[in-house]
Amino acid sequence: MLSNTAITPSTLSVKDLPWQILWNKDKCTLCGKCTAICPVNAIELGVFRKRIVQTSLEPGATQSSDHSIFYGIRQKTDPAYSCVGCAMCSLVCPNDAIIPARSDEADKLRFHINKGGRPRTRGGRRNVPGSLLDQIKFIRISMLTDPALDAGRHEFELRTLLGRVLSPEENLKFVEKNGWIPPVREIYPLIIGGMSFGALSPTMWEGLQMGVAYLNEELGMPVRISTGEGGCPPRLLRSRFLKYVILQIASGYFGWDEIIHSIPEMKVDPCAIEIKYGQGAKPGDGGLLMWHKVNSLIAAIRGVPSGISLPSPPTHQTQYSIEESVAKMIQSMYMAWGFRVPVYPKISGTSTSLSVLNNLTRNPYAAGLTIDGEDGGTGAAYNVSMNHMGHPVASNIRDCYLNLVKVGMQNEIPLFAGGGVGKTGNLAANAAALIMLGASGVQVGKYIMEAAAGCLGSESDRCNICNIGLCPKGITSQDPRLYRRLDPEQVAQRIVDVFISFDIELKKIVAPLGRSTSLPIGMSDALGINDRAAADRLSIKYVV
Amino acid sequence: MCRLIALTSEEPLSPMIALRALDVMREGHDGSGVGLLLRDLAGPFENMKDAPILSGIFSEKGLKRLDRFMMDVGFMTKYRMSFKSPKTPPPGVPRRDVYLVRAYEYPEEWENLSNGELYSRLLILRLELQRMGEEKGDMIVFSFWPDTIMIKEIGEPLDLAEHLNINRMDLGARVIMAQGRQNTNYEINLYACHPFFIQGFSTMTNGENTAFIPIKEYMMSRGFQGYTGYQSDSEVFTHILHYTISQLGLSIEAYKHVITPLQDEDLKNHPDYQFLKQLKHSCRKLITDGPNCVIGCLPDHSLFMAQDRKKLRPGVVGGREGLFCFSSEICGLDAAIPDRDKNKDFQPMHLDTAIVGPDRKEVTICCQTQQLPHLH
Ligand code: SF4
Ligand code: SF4
Repeated sequence: MLSNTAITPSTLSVKDLPWQILWNKDKCTLCGKCTAICPVNAIELGVFRKRIVQTSLEPGATQSSDHSIFYGIRQKTDPAYSCVGCAMCSLVCPNDAIIPARSDEADKLRFHINKGGRPRTRGGRRNVPGSLLDQIKFIRISMLTDPALDAGRHEFELRTLLGRVLSPEENLKFVEKNGWIPPVREIYPLIIGGMSFGALSPTMWEGLQMGVAYLNEELGMPVRISTGEGGCPPRLLRSRFLKYVILQIASGYFGWDEIIHSIPEMKVDPCAIEIKYGQGAKPGDGGLLMWHKVNSLIAAIRGVPSGISLPSPPTHQTQYSIEESVAKMIQSMYMAWGFRVPVYPKISGTSTSLSVLNNLTRNPYAAGLTIDGEDGGTGAAYNVSMNHMGHPVASNIRDCYLNLVKVGMQNEIPLFAGGGVGKTGNLAANAAALIMLGASGVQVGKYIMEAAAGCLGSESDRCNICNIGLCPKGITSQDPRLYRRLDPEQVAQRIVDVFISFDIELKKIVAPLGRSTSLPIGMSDALGINDRAAADRLSIKYVV
Repeated sequence: MCRLIALTSEEPLSPMIALRALDVMREGHDGSGVGLLLRDLAGPFENMKDAPILSGIFSEKGLKRLDRFMMDVGFMTKYRMSFKSPKTPPPGVPRRDVYLVRAYEYPEEWENLSNGELYSRLLILRLELQRMGEEKGDMIVFSFWPDTIMIKEIGEPLDLAEHLNINRMDLGARVIMAQGRQNTNYEINLYACHPFFIQGFSTMTNGENTAFIPIKEYMMSRGFQGYTGYQSDSEVFTHILHYTISQLGLSIEAYKHVITPLQDEDLKNHPDYQFLKQLKHSCRKLITDGPNCVIGCLPDHSLFMAQDRKKLRPGVVGGREGLFCFSSEICGLDAAIPDRDKNKDFQPMHLDTAIVGPDRKEVTICCQTQQLPHLH
């Protein structure tokens, strides 16, 4: 840019951007791979003009000043093309000549990503690294009268229940009188949370489903996966693998026409129905699938025209309140499958979760409650919702569990926790902490994308462009040129790796606590934290 | 790790037998305390099987408060067994004013009460006395129940026996349970001493209950007044037993299915699969996960032993018709019943509940994979 050109308020320099591309002229071969792969066209071939002054001390020698040019990589500064730090350029560079670096100070771009009055939307999680869950330690090592159990040798039964469990008195009465006993599923306590077909690419979805099927059929691990709000491919609906699937219904009812119509043809019942009322990443917002991703396949499965954005309303339009939802929605879903399938709501973490729970305790059908905390991920949401809305999951789960303890229903309505579980990679430790705070199990989405498909997103705002269909890893794109990068078989293999290693780590946590034959739900005496306020808030031990 | 011994006999026995057996097993306890439960009593209590007996430790002041309180409720003393102990207790044993074992006459207006109502009133009275005692520190109440005596104290079993003159002629019982404590707390609270007792059910345990907190929370949320206390993580075993039999109406054979349910594979092959699956789900919060050997006694004076799922604790049962003994170690059993057919000694394994019924004829082994007795 010339120094005397006009500038606009949004004219930025490379320094003003969150990511700076460091490019090494000596190593670059000008192969062009980086510019080709960059998902946001942040870099281009640049022609640089350079003046070379040639002087000599020899008397009489000619002094010259030449201009030469060289070619290289130039980073764009237009906010619409700013680098997202995904480092795909580094990945493909044969000579390691290029890498993005995080700016050393807060960027100026953030003040300008609202062209035309449209605030920033993106995918990913709340851009705050770190997690309270990581601070929780497991302190009650069973040393008192026994050596601890052996994680590699003792028998373990780390299962959880999804479904409305009756009180022992009622249960026995109903068994005796042949009364209706609500369906209850025995499942693995780590659930793959709702990521829709549409938000995810077909290869990613296929990989997840294959991995889950393998875990169940070959390894005997009853792992379940939620569809998210986007329907379910017709063949899966009519296959025996449906029993591993939790069908999600949300305010847009996407795909439910197909689901309802296929009920008579279903070979098996689905694991459960999850009614999504809220999502931790964007409380108060409905699902959102941007038009970029609505191709004809997605449109067909969801039962909508292609090429249009698909926002789900923030609320279920036919409902007046959550009480009504509990009464109507849960009941009609139960009826659809002849009262054989558990139905439960999923809400975003909120200071009003206790009221929701209160309603559920009074409804004899509610099969559980999933609470998705503020660190939950999403495929598309307003940046402001992701960064500032929502409730931390730990205290929410703890409050709900202790409330159930107060009314004596802690075994009757299982609580599931989601949102930021394994955010910093400590999946088993985070899950175990939530279970001991009172969760019956945990849901993970983003972790699975990271671990099973190599998602590059981070809470330092790396990548996070899942919403525009340009996912450089092919995880959240509907463009065949992109999703072909992802091999479903390999995703499935990684899913299996993730669950097996999680299982080993979970055993390594519970065995020293002297637990193996039942999941230590609510075993809060095992937990400690070196933050007094957090310890008080969670009713666990303060340890330093 | 504590040591346990339980005896059931047609002929009344002196509790000394149990205390001597504990002494034999002294490697496993540190003499930090003894708990003793006597039921199906002989001697002076033989003829007052229905009279509730209060057992506890009182200061002079506490005794006065007790008398006033019991008088107000309308209970009259029917028989008192006094323990005259020397002024200076043996080393390690605290000085106490009164060890009380006293049988009462019911108030008149209680006479026509149903058993259920009577039992719940007795329980409420015991809890009230315990609360009063805790308030002023002047009474410790172990049990208030017909045909039942409980003595608990800190100290070496044999020292205590001599101190309290346990060997006296008039102290005899047909069911005896005793525990020698291995102390794991610095301050010994007698309410943390086994055996524990509630409405005719009693258990003692050795081991560590690693699922204590969730179980305790669950028991306390059952809305039954007696599910309280929990100074020891083992008290829940007694309450789960009470809950299983008295609240859920199940039999002793089901107890182990509640605390250590079968795993999926075994469950699927069980003749009572449907029932047991439901039980496992709805009683999930009562699953104990630790190394525990539970020895217990039922209101009908049956004795039983159940082992944890991993069988990490020792335990043996043996004897002869009319006299059986459950013990932590074989040496304890040898001390209690030397003349028996040792080939018939049985060490219950991870699926077993060993039961000796009130007829004291034989040891019945109930394996968890067997069909349950008819479910009513
Ligand atoms: S880091 Fe990603 S967005 Fe930035 S230039 Fe490289 S490929 Fe493009
Ligand atoms: S790699 Fe794909 S899924 Fe991960 S943050 Fe980037 S766009 Fe989203």
